[in-house]
Amino acid sequence: MSLTQNMNRRALALGVPWACHLDITYRCNERCVHCYLEHDDLGEMTTAEIKDVLDQLAQAGTLFLTLSGGEIFMRRDFFEILEYARRLLFNVRLKTNGVMIRQPEAERLLRLGVEQIQISVYSHRAEVHDAITKLPGSLRRTINAIQFLKSQGLNIILANVLMTANRHDHAGVRALARELGVTYSLDPTITPKIDGDRSILNLRVSGSELNQLFREDDLVGDAEQYCAPPPPPGEDEMQALPCHAGHTTIYISPYGDVFPCVQFPLPSGNVRRQKFIDIWQNSSALKDVRSIRVKDLPVCSTCSHAGTCSRCPGLAYMEGNMRGPSTTDCEKSYQRTGIPSANMLRMGRTDSSGAFVQIQPLAILN
Amino acid sequence: MSERYVLRSSAIASRLLGGEMMVMSATDSTFFTLNEVATTIWQAADGHTPLSEIVTKSVCRAFEVEPETALQDAQSFIDKLSGHGILLVSDQPLELQPAGSPEAA
Repeated sequence: MSLTQNMNRRALALGVPWACHLDITYRCNERCVHCYLEHDDLGEMTTAEIKDVLDQLAQAGTLFLTLSGGEIFMRRDFFEILEYARRLLFNVRLKTNGVMIRQPEAERLLRLGVEQIQISVYSHRAEVHDAITKLPGSLRRTINAIQFLKSQGLNIILANVLMTANRHDHAGVRALARELGVTYSLDPTITPKIDGDRSILNLRVSGSELNQLFREDDLVGDAEQYCAPPPPPGEDEMQALPCHAGHTTIYISPYGDVFPCVQFPLPSGNVRRQKFIDIWQNSSALKDVRSIRVKDLPVCSTCSHAGTCSRCPGLAYMEGNMRGPSTTDCEKSYQRTGIPSANMLRMGRTDSSGAFVQIQPLAILN
Repeated sequence: MSERYVLRSSAIASRLLGGEMMVMSATDSTFFTLNEVATTIWQAADGHTPLSEIVTKSVCRAFEVEPETALQDAQSFIDKLSGHGILLVSDQPLELQPAGSPEAA
């Protein structure tokens, strides 16, 4: 077991919120066609409120902090927040589109000891990337940012969300990542918009395209092994946690709302009304999440993919039941192995026709 | 031997987990797990308290160990961590550099 795995296991045993994803704004300077967020400012936490949350997270034992958005550099106090987080000795990772990063910002990020910066790139072709972000010149500015950051020796991940608009370009983006000397990651996940609008799901790549992706050694390592039929799940798999969301990881929105994960919009509390530790320890929603083992999933526990599926409980929740299947992951397991999931056999289809649930600011709901 | 002063680098991330300090270097992402004795030294490494005083006042009191043995172990520990740049060692008192300052990275 690696040291990281050992620490995660220990954090789980001790009930420590080891990692937090904190969105500091939903505002953005891009308007990506696949984005699930509403970009108006509905009352973001102030600088003082965010610092207080960071104090509380440090007190609760959080080590890994991801600052994301929206676009983090849209906040004028971004560096003040980052500096405060580093003074509290968080391991900080950033997610950004890089458009507002130039040499001075890159130098400052290095001085602040940021561990990793994830930057979204959709295509190596400006006409495709800029059409997705709806910001002319954005690819050029993002690549410039990556070069500034690389020149400082910072650790960069180039994140390539795959959708219909860029489905032919992942090889080109991979080549661009190699040329820039940064790590490449690909994600085909598209989720419904925050207001419940499902129209952007039409941007998802097709099953047959996933099938081809899963057979590329460059993407998945050993494709033959990756696509092999799953071994029958054993007792260990049945007793396993479906995911670490809500167990050792947590998400906080710019409005202070707490959810198990950015992709798991189960309302669990709000740090403007409660102390974070009270939410972490006493939220009935989080307790419910923590009570679930794979064996408790009515459909998925009967599935031959139970031990190997990438099933996301958040996506399952968005489909209406966090103990139910995530049809997105059923599709991935099917396209990977050619073996239908238990849910696909039960339903005779692979898509969900139910209404999706997304993150809603609790302050507005209440 | 002259007195030694130790100071935690600000170019690290760290958190106490179950009584042991987890320390991660911000420069090369190397992870260190400090046992309880090392954690005690780490927490007392403020740049102003001499190492010998940290050993006698913090380590020996908490762990029932002879001062000479404890000091030897402490010297070995700080040499190892200073080699990775996560602990600063000097024969003069050290000032804490906040994260973000030019000296911190």
